[in-house]
Amino acid sequence: MTMTRRHLLLLLPAAAVAWESVLAGTPEDSPNYNRTDHWWGMLIDIPKCIGCGNCVRACQEENDVPDGHFRTWVERYHVEDWNLTDPQVISPDGGKEGFPVATDDSGKYFFVPKLCNHCADSPCTQVCPVGATFITPDGVVLVDQKYCLGCAYCVQACPYGCRYIHPEKRVADKCTLCYHRITKGQTTACAENCPTGASQLIDLKNPKDPIHEFLKTHNVQVLKPQMATGAKVFYNELDGSVR
Amino acid sequence: MSIFKDAGHLFRFAALFVIAFLVFLVVRHYVVPKSFGKYGHYRAAAMDEIAAHPMQFAGHQACEQCHSDVAATHASGMHAHVNCEACHGPLAKHADDPSSVTPKLPDTATLCVRCHEASAARPKNFPQVKSAEHSGGMPCQTCHNPHSPAIGSGAAAGGAK
Repeated sequence: MTMTRRHLLLLLPAAAVAWESVLAGTPEDSPNYNRTDHWWGMLIDIPKCIGCGNCVRACQEENDVPDGHFRTWVERYHVEDWNLTDPQVISPDGGKEGFPVATDDSGKYFFVPKLCNHCADSPCTQVCPVGATFITPDGVVLVDQKYCLGCAYCVQACPYGCRYIHPEKRVADKCTLCYHRITKGQTTACAENCPTGASQLIDLKNPKDPIHEFLKTHNVQVLKPQMATGAKVFYNELDGSVR
Repeated sequence: MSIFKDAGHLFRFAALFVIAFLVFLVVRHYVVPKSFGKYGHYRAAAMDEIAAHPMQFAGHQACEQCHSDVAATHASGMHAHVNCEACHGPLAKHADDPSSVTPKLPDTATLCVRCHEASAARPKNFPQVKSAEHSGGMPCQTCHNPHSPAIGSGAAAGGAK
């Protein structure tokens, strides 16, 4: 076979067309929802949490979370005044059925609901070897379960313990911030079912969201700020003993 | 054109290279998902797949569209900030087709104490009772309307419709 320059020049545009089709994506499916208009997070108002476990049950019902695994869970801290750095922490079945009645009135108690922090600079997305976990343009860390190999590297990388390997699907699973709800204008299942408003969905890109005023006027902290993960779950009045 | 006189082997090599490149493009076209790399190093279509999951909780706005009478009682009471499905459970199927799923009446014996059983662990300003002493074994809704729980407020006691 002889290849002339003419043949080569004819082939180049064909290659360019092929390259175009490789790079092209599929159009977005939800026309009323613009991903670049949002930057989602959560506000956990610790003094309002009563430890009822509604968020844990709602999450399991909404997202079909397998028993013994949690996308959100509640921890109860008991800190004695003589032992501030060594709190007693319990979370029976993730706090799903509430907590045993506390009769010991010494020290202080508080509940800490936990969930994926949807970090802006997340360690879990950085370690994925196949691009199966990522942060969306609207700030939600998701797992592409069709792409995930189940290597569990991300489970180890998460400093907050928010990921697990799904026992049946054998792929990484985690809080989606109810992506199927928030993209339809609903709040998350945990926030919808929180009876006291301790758990609230926030949109940091919405200038009308009361979170901006709240962050300015309250003592707000994220978990493990020293890890510089860019966590977007904000805790109001978080005690220093929380790990 | 004397410089191309003995360059046939170079063109054959270039042709092989071009063919290999085209094969690579074709294989890549079929192996890499269409939406991979649209926003970053991931499959953009995964977002739409996750967003397409069905909802289990309809949200209180859906409930209030039909149950406006209960919503009015509820909105005036102490439980105004407690959304419907926090007690009644996930009812998106009922909201889609009311006749397909009939919601069960929640059992106040387990429901109320989940939040209101006295415990040193709860915030001090939150209303709490020792249920055994408080009611003497009577169901909560004997005296309280769960939709507007302060006694004497809202509809008649036991009227949790």
